[in-house]
Amino acid sequence: MTRNVSEQPVVRVRGLRMTYGTHEVLTGVDLDVHCGEVVCLLGPNGAGKSTTIEVLEGFRLPSAGEVRVLGADPARADDAWRARVGVVLQSWRDHPRWTPRRLLTHLGGFYRPYSTPERPRPHDVDRLLETVGLTDDADRRIATLSGGRRRRLDVAVGLVGRPELLFLDEPTAGFDPEARRDFHDLVHRLSDLEGTSVLLTTHDLGEAERLADRILILAGGRIVADGSADALNRQVAATSEVRWTRHGERFVHATDEPTPFVRRLFEQYGDEVADLEVHRASLEDTYLAMVTRHQSGVRPELVEVAR
Amino acid sequence: MSGGSAYAVRLGLQRGWTEFTQSLRAVQDQAGYLVLAALTVGYLWVNRADPVEGTSLLYPTVALPGILAGLVAYSAVFNTAFVLAMEREDGTLLRHRALPSGMRGYVTGQVALQSLNLVPTLLVVLVPSALLFDGAVPGSAGGWLTVGWVLALGLLATLPLGMVLGSVVPDAQKVGLWGLLPLVGVTAISGVFFPVQALWGWVQAVAQLFPVYWIGLGLRSAFLPDAAAAVELGGSWRTGTTVLVLTAWAVASLLAAPVVLRRMTRRQSGSQVAAARDTAGQWIR
Repeated sequence: MTRNVSEQPVVRVRGLRMTYGTHEVLTGVDLDVHCGEVVCLLGPNGAGKSTTIEVLEGFRLPSAGEVRVLGADPARADDAWRARVGVVLQSWRDHPRWTPRRLLTHLGGFYRPYSTPERPRPHDVDRLLETVGLTDDADRRIATLSGGRRRRLDVAVGLVGRPELLFLDEPTAGFDPEARRDFHDLVHRLSDLEGTSVLLTTHDLGEAERLADRILILAGGRIVADGSADALNRQVAATSEVRWTRHGERFVHATDEPTPFVRRLFEQYGDEVADLEVHRASLEDTYLAMVTRHQSGVRPELVEVAR
Repeated sequence: MSGGSAYAVRLGLQRGWTEFTQSLRAVQDQAGYLVLAALTVGYLWVNRADPVEGTSLLYPTVALPGILAGLVAYSAVFNTAFVLAMEREDGTLLRHRALPSGMRGYVTGQVALQSLNLVPTLLVVLVPSALLFDGAVPGSAGGWLTVGWVLALGLLATLPLGMVLGSVVPDAQKVGLWGLLPLVGVTAISGVFFPVQALWGWVQAVAQLFPVYWIGLGLRSAFLPDAAAAVELGGSWRTGTTVLVLTAWAVASLLAAPVVLRRMTRRQSGSQVAAARDTAGQWIR
């Protein structure tokens, strides 16, 4: 799809800091989400992914920093702003006596005053139920839905107001593989057909790779990497691991240039080198290396990756 | 009020009605009403033949209005607080926070639901009492009119207190400790089970600070013959004072509730709901 990246970003964050007592969770987060973009915020548990997204949703006040979401400060935004933002929450046992159809109809009603000819609100409930795959469960009591079905309902509730910007905090936690694939298709459709901008958190690298136009890695309280999955992969591929044995002894060497290294290895030892293996590091390896490095706070530099 | 807000109030009223009808159809809630009716009417039945000193009336007739006042307070304060605390924990409130004018809709829904809940709560006690005990319920339209305004004013005085309590308790499990204990204390001295006149003077003074006594007094003025006023404190129904005290409580709690609710709402977030979910399963802490 075509996208005008030069226009104002839908989310713009500069120097976001969050401190709980003496504990600094976010030490200076800068991030942008552009119109129609799907951005994945990746990071280990406790890195501050949820905190960041809750600040952007307007549910939490930051300690410092500049936050603009759809042109407004989420902490002071009005109902008209709220109507343009969708939030997918993890339900637990709320509305046990309601049915999905009844609940979506009720909650969708709040968006009706904000309907425009270009963006009629809310979504048609039957179509929404079909989109998230809940048509068969539409009239069952929510208490009787399985965990996975419940999560589909959460997604539907987040979408019912036809948001221009959608926030999802670990949306596929508890999904089975099929539900996960359906959900990924849904996010692609939202972004392609409706031009919805999406910011989601996950700690599933595969998910980030499949969904995101751009991946942000949050570690040590700041964004340590920013780029497309391909770009991150290319960057990661630069590091390889060479393993071999000599006289029955095992050796491992990490190098950015495996070919010249292996040539030198043979020049030096010739036929003594056995069981030679060269591994390109996976995205997961680099992600883990990056996270470990930044969490220990040794080298907090930004890894800029060209898209 | 903007268009969106007025719309949200309408949706909130619909929400209250939906939840009310769902409750009436739920076996769990029906069982609750049954137990309530059995305990209350059973208690009156056991004491059905006891004459009340200073009047020509029997115990059920004199006690029923006080018991109804206790039920109003229990339903409006404890029930409201418990539901609010539960729905803070399970994410119902957060869902509404994510909607335009959602909290206005939610609070309207709660007020509607808890007011409607009062109807079956009172009926399951009133109807069997009317059938079992002679002259236990008002016989005139004027009496029922009084019942109507006392209940309305009593609800205004107590329901916002339930909202405040539900907002300030740390979690739903604490509603019992923070809410039920003080409530039982206040109802015990407010003439629900035995007349307040039988207690020491300072206890009488404390009882008259709280709305429960006045709701009971107002209901007695509707349920009992005028001659029975002679045994009340001051020897009269003190209707003017009743209106004054209940109105004062209504004003004070209606002023406090929005402030407390707003503060509580600001603390609602996904991680708070997740934390509540994690600790709710944990009974020993």
